[in-house]
Amino acid sequence: MSASLGKDLVGLEHMTPEQIRLILDTAEPFKEVSERPIKKVPALRGKTIVNLFFEASTRTRISFEFAEKRLSADTVNVAASGSSVSKGETLVDTAKNLEAMRIDMVVIRHPSSGAAGFLGQRINSNVINAGDGKHEHPTQALLDLLTIRDKHGKIEGLKVCLVGDVLHSRVARSNIWGLTKLGAQVGVCGPHTLMPRGIEELGVKFFPRIEEAIEWADVLNVLRLQLERMEKGFIPSLREYYRVWGVTPERLERSPRAITIMHPGPMNRGVEIDSRVADGPHSVILDQVTNGVAVRMAVLYLLAGGRPELADAAKRGGGGGAE
Amino acid sequence: MSRALQRMAVAVAELAHGTADLVLIGIQRRGVELAERIAKLIEKDEGVVVPRGALDITLYRDDLETVGPKPVIGETRLPVDLTDKHAVIVDDVLYTGRTVRAALDELADFGRPKRISLCVLIDRGGRELPIQADVVGQVVKTSSGDRVEVQVEEIDGRDQVDLVR
Repeated sequence: MSASLGKDLVGLEHMTPEQIRLILDTAEPFKEVSERPIKKVPALRGKTIVNLFFEASTRTRISFEFAEKRLSADTVNVAASGSSVSKGETLVDTAKNLEAMRIDMVVIRHPSSGAAGFLGQRINSNVINAGDGKHEHPTQALLDLLTIRDKHGKIEGLKVCLVGDVLHSRVARSNIWGLTKLGAQVGVCGPHTLMPRGIEELGVKFFPRIEEAIEWADVLNVLRLQLERMEKGFIPSLREYYRVWGVTPERLERSPRAITIMHPGPMNRGVEIDSRVADGPHSVILDQVTNGVAVRMAVLYLLAGGRPELADAAKRGGGGGAE
Repeated sequence: MSRALQRMAVAVAELAHGTADLVLIGIQRRGVELAERIAKLIEKDEGVVVPRGALDITLYRDDLETVGPKPVIGETRLPVDLTDKHAVIVDDVLYTGRTVRAALDELADFGRPKRISLCVLIDRGGRELPIQADVVGQVVKTSSGDRVEVQVEEIDGRDQVDLVR
């Protein structure tokens, strides 16, 4: 296994299947760390990580924070409101100032697509994208991939359908890249108003009706309907959305297979997903949350340090390694 | 190797004054297989069940910063709460002692054993820390450029120890 990740994790679009598998395989042993009586290992002791969140987030921020703390890193959370960002400081200035305090890694969530990549090119610290605009949310897709692999034992050949607001969803975009790279067949299903034009060029199949998607899929990843979309006229009403697109037990019953149900959260129960489905026997929604911590630990572990010049020096010094 | 393991099994049981509270903990990867074999030998001799576990010390290494591509992490699986147990760490080669240092730190996060001992197949000298084994299969004199390669049947298809100079 010679794949490595480089300095930053910006998105899955430019990653190789080997790099994605490296993260998933590394996440596996990290699951066990969270089951220990003392949920902490010293791997990132002395590293300083800043969680720079320019957008609201509960799950992702807490998940990153747990991952960092369980690796013994020191963490600082910065939210846009109440920081110098609200006084008009630019993103790069904010990051350069943090870097001047000698930090090692930045986890960034930002409303602008491309913000994480932009930042990664301008600072020396490792940058991890925790969601940038409508671009990517790579750790969410990675935890989705891990959850699918846990449940089905493989990813290759599976039929996975993303349901709902694909247009505004960075989760959908990252999932499409990751799933297709690992050999899954990917479908998308939702109202035309919430489908990006030319989506089929990404190698996915479009289903205009939820019934057809259910007939086809092994896994449904139900995306959150962002409620502000209704005000902007993308859908007529929440009730109508539920009636036409909602994932309900009645609809799932028509499938010959037991379909695995996923949702990146937070859920709108009774809008995109029925409570009986969300809490049903084939839902892996809480497994996704558990896996999120392990995947983020793996990413932090693989990116941290990574100082090849030291490794070369150690080798030249004549193998003093363990064993 | 099988004779050495038999001797080690007897020595471990003697060290523990019987087998009550004994837990064998193998260090990934070949230590795990050696612990399994020693435990089976003790079970055969004494007619008792000896719990065993596996420990991966990667995340406790003191040189993680300097290793090139990050090492693959193996499974850590400990059978029981270690508090008041006699834990015996089993590894294939004892060299600098840094692996054992990491293992001691990691075990401390799983409880407070009443005693921890160290059992190795090969002691090749060259310690960089004040650590010694309680049970040794064989002492081999080496210098720092040498490599000691242990192969075990479960992983490598045969039992063999090579000294590569």
